[in-house]
Amino acid sequence: MAVRRLASEQPASFEFTPENLAWAKGKIADYPEGRQASAVIPILWRAQEQHNGWLPEPAIRVVADMLGMPYIRVLEIATFYTMFQLQPVGTVAHVNVCGTTPCMLRGSEDIIRICKKRIAQHAFELSPDGRFSWEEVECAGACVNAPMVQIGAETYEDLTEDTFNALLDTLASGGTPTPGPQSARKASEPITGATSLTTPLRYAVAAAAEAPADAAPEADVNPSTPAASDQSAARPSGHNRTEVEVTRATGEAPSKAADVAPAPKTDGRLADTPEEAAKQKPAEPSTEALAKPTPPAAPQKVETVAPQETVAPQETAAPQEVETVASEVPDSAAAARADELGTRPAAVAEGDVTADDLQKISGIGPVIRKTLNALGIYTYAQIAAWTPQNKAWVDGYLAFKGRIDREKWVEQAADLAAGGKEEG
Amino acid sequence: MAKLIIDGAEVEVPDHYTLLQACEAAGAEIPRFCFHERLSIAGNCRMCLVQVVGGPPKPVASCAMSVKDLRPGRDGTPPTINTKTEFVKTAREAVMEFLLINHPLDCPICDQGGECDLQDQAMAYGVSGSRFAENKRAVENKYIGPLVKTIMTRCIHCTRCVRFVTEVAGVPDLGSIGRGEDMEITTYLESAMGSELQGNVIDLCPVGALTSRPYAFQARPWELTKTETIDAMDAVGCNIRVDVRGREVMRVMPRLNEAVNEEWISDKSRFIWDGLKTQRLDRPYVRENGRLRAASWGEAFGAITERVKASKPEKMAALAGDLATTEEQYALKDLMHRLGVASVDCRQDGSPLDPSLGRATYLFNPTIAGIDSADAILLVGANPRWDAAVLNARIRKAWVHNRTKVGLVGERVDLTYPYQYIGAGPTSLSDLGSFREVLEKAERPMIVVGAAALSRPDAAAVLAAAATLAKDVGAVAEGWNGFGILHTAAARVGGLDVGCVPAKGGKPTAEILAASAAGELDVLFLLGADEIDTAALKAPFVVYIGSHGDRGAHAADVILPGAAYTEKSGTYVNLEGRPQEAVRAAFAPGEAREDWAILRALSAQLGAQLPYDSLAALNAAMVSAAPWLGEVDEVVPGDPAAIDRLAALGGSMDEAPFVNPLTTFHLTNPIARASKVMAECAKLIEERAAVKVAAE
Repeated sequence: MAVRRLASEQPASFEFTPENLAWAKGKIADYPEGRQASAVIPILWRAQEQHNGWLPEPAIRVVADMLGMPYIRVLEIATFYTMFQLQPVGTVAHVNVCGTTPCMLRGSEDIIRICKKRIAQHAFELSPDGRFSWEEVECAGACVNAPMVQIGAETYEDLTEDTFNALLDTLASGGTPTPGPQSARKASEPITGATSLTTPLRYAVAAAAEAPADAAPEADVNPSTPAASDQSAARPSGHNRTEVEVTRATGEAPSKAADVAPAPKTDGRLADTPEEAAKQKPAEPSTEALAKPTPPAAPQKVETVAPQETVAPQETAAPQEVETVASEVPDSAAAARADELGTRPAAVAEGDVTADDLQKISGIGPVIRKTLNALGIYTYAQIAAWTPQNKAWVDGYLAFKGRIDREKWVEQAADLAAGGKEEG
Repeated sequence: MAKLIIDGAEVEVPDHYTLLQACEAAGAEIPRFCFHERLSIAGNCRMCLVQVVGGPPKPVASCAMSVKDLRPGRDGTPPTINTKTEFVKTAREAVMEFLLINHPLDCPICDQGGECDLQDQAMAYGVSGSRFAENKRAVENKYIGPLVKTIMTRCIHCTRCVRFVTEVAGVPDLGSIGRGEDMEITTYLESAMGSELQGNVIDLCPVGALTSRPYAFQARPWELTKTETIDAMDAVGCNIRVDVRGREVMRVMPRLNEAVNEEWISDKSRFIWDGLKTQRLDRPYVRENGRLRAASWGEAFGAITERVKASKPEKMAALAGDLATTEEQYALKDLMHRLGVASVDCRQDGSPLDPSLGRATYLFNPTIAGIDSADAILLVGANPRWDAAVLNARIRKAWVHNRTKVGLVGERVDLTYPYQYIGAGPTSLSDLGSFREVLEKAERPMIVVGAAALSRPDAAAVLAAAATLAKDVGAVAEGWNGFGILHTAAARVGGLDVGCVPAKGGKPTAEILAASAAGELDVLFLLGADEIDTAALKAPFVVYIGSHGDRGAHAADVILPGAAYTEKSGTYVNLEGRPQEAVRAAFAPGEAREDWAILRALSAQLGAQLPYDSLAALNAAMVSAAPWLGEVDEVVPGDPAAIDRLAALGGSMDEAPFVNPLTTFHLTNPIARASKVMAECAKLIEERAAVKVAAE
């Protein structure tokens, strides 16, 4: 937030178009007698829309006169709400970049860097051609699809430098970009596909009814303009997402990985990042990253996706399959490493013993329980009997190392096996 | 009534009290910045935090929580509030630390220094250091008019000023733009404020963000001698405090008087003081060969004596002005009667108010505090916003709190509250339309007759018609007299009270002026009378007793330098009929003397010595003539029967519309016309009116 002031240069006058005036009068009529001032925000907003996206000083007076309010009261409102732009904004687009924590962690700083480079050095400054401007806004409520920008009424999510550059290109060439996530995923589903509600629908009728909506995800690219197809070309169809996962696993921040990648050319070609990902892969075995029970399909996909190849989102691996595999067999890479670290504790088959509720051990949740079950561990007694070697072996299958000792699983299991109280 | 335990002591307070008021009632001191008794509650400074036992686990802003909202303890004990615990102390220290984060440490150059709420409370409730290492916020100063200076970096966002101009003054010019740390107080596009009560924001501002522009860097509060006295700028009789350094008046501040001005004064009362230093008459003058020449008191008295001795009582007259004290008018009348002069008048506006009809015919009978309970008010030829700005705020208050209905006959003006416009001229009095029913249905209706009605040739008939209307709609009833005259001059009611009006065979103001224009007068005494047509004064020998070289002095043949209202003691009777004691705050400049002493000395020279050698003796003589003037600060109501006598006078009214005689609020008397600040304000209003006309 900065001090918000009216622009130094203002038009001489402002007048609502007849349509907007009629609309505004309708708005005023919505409120009971004596409460007309309640219509001030929608009418100011309409004035801003009419006036190329910013609110000039004469409009403030016009609105105040319409509502019988003192000018200062309307000025208070116009300066309080940041959605009112008090200076000229880009005629094509005023880019609201979300800079709040989730977006910042996911790379909004890169988006802002592009804004500074391609639009104007400072927020609220017009680009040289006057068609673009940008500002950093507080959370726009799309954290799950971070980073994101809002342009006009639409939001563009899951941005990368490439997709954002392509978005700007589309706008610059007069196209209409497709709103929503600019990645392969639909809305805010996981990038690897749905992880819940994956079983076939019980009621076929309901499924049939829902199918059409499901089959046409918002993210589905349906290019209506040549420019939009540009944007689609830049859309990485999910593989960049995996790349981020990989780099994260190697201990690098995603934004850092992006820095390593050559800065995207201004034409917004997309090839660089996936290439980088491909290069990194052999050096840092993905097994590290995927030690946790992650669907094996994902790393494979990284390998199979050729950098230039464009994979439509619909073509990704069927999520259902991935899910079932993941839950039953801990992946082989983890197994190999676990074997290096320690020795496998004694395992039993599910039917042979009465399974204890392992989740009573503080630190074990449903995911770890599944993993342990898959390793043939079902009872407290088994865990209580683990040697340090065994612990190291099991640790190989866990996402967070060292938690067995840290959370004292063995001691807890011994207590539970002895019928002791569950640890609070 | 609600029972509370505050700091261990049980108290009982009315249900509508806030915790802050309850704590004060219990004797606990609660610091505050945003809370003000006469403004709406904002609750944004957080300084008044207290601990409510069993209430929320955090400190409570006591100004914004009502006693009604408290719950008793589990065992039925009354709600318990602590104001002195460590918990409260820590909370206040924290609030103070936050307030000081962005407040500049410029007390040594701040005009508020020494009388600053923030300074005082930082001493009492703050800690000595700051943990804030960042840069402080800086805010541009705003232009909000020639009266109020802004240093906005000092603003702590209490919004008292915004609430005052919106709620009390009713001219919503100030607002807070932006938000959070960047919130700024300003007017729309930094235009000047349009209220004639705007100076009060200076007193309301708890820090040095809004200070007096004319007083800027003039003095420190601890070097000033403070005198509690009465304002003479209008007939309201606002209670003021005049701060003096040496013999110079440095500023004027309001005093609290619930019955009169609450705690507000108009800008004219507050900023007039620079006019006390310019255009002063500091020695006697005598006109010789058409030019005024400085003279000694002896020479001046000699010249007067010579002319008076050569004249006859019928060819002499005296007029008292708007700023004269009651004692002076009594002494003037007394002197003239001793000389056998019948033509004495204090009504220089030419109004027909006649004390012989009874006191109720010229008082503001409902009283100022009575406005609070009035439910319908008819203004006849009045613009209270300019004629009595503080009283207008009282009417606005009645409208805000009780939705008192106001009707207006006369010039259409912006009164800061909505009113029903009835008509322009006196004919509307007999045809009020729907407002007549409003008045008839009202329990406490008021009929207020103003200057525009009193200064007309047919004023007597208008007064009679208004009195008849008051009787007809039940405005004059048992326990309530709703008929009121809205005087504009501080001296007027006092003058009428002591009978400073023509004796039998004497001429009233208009006839005196006509006679002097016709050359029928030999000698005319003007006791600070400047609001008359001085072009008519060419023929007579004019003796001007007054403080400023204004219209009257220009027409004078002898000038006797008098004292301004801050330089003399005496009694001012306000429009309600409330005598209030004015106290001398400074000495008159040079050889100037208090006006009563001049009259006393002159009487000896004229061989009609007045029998009082001190102001106390004069006051005693005056009180024996008008006993109700002895009841200082009390209103002795007039007999309502007098209204009947007034109504019975009848008369025919002209159809011409009422025209407010006051064209410029800021330039109504010689002191105001000598003031640069007032001239600037008047110019601003003129410009604004011109812009308005151009826009229409």
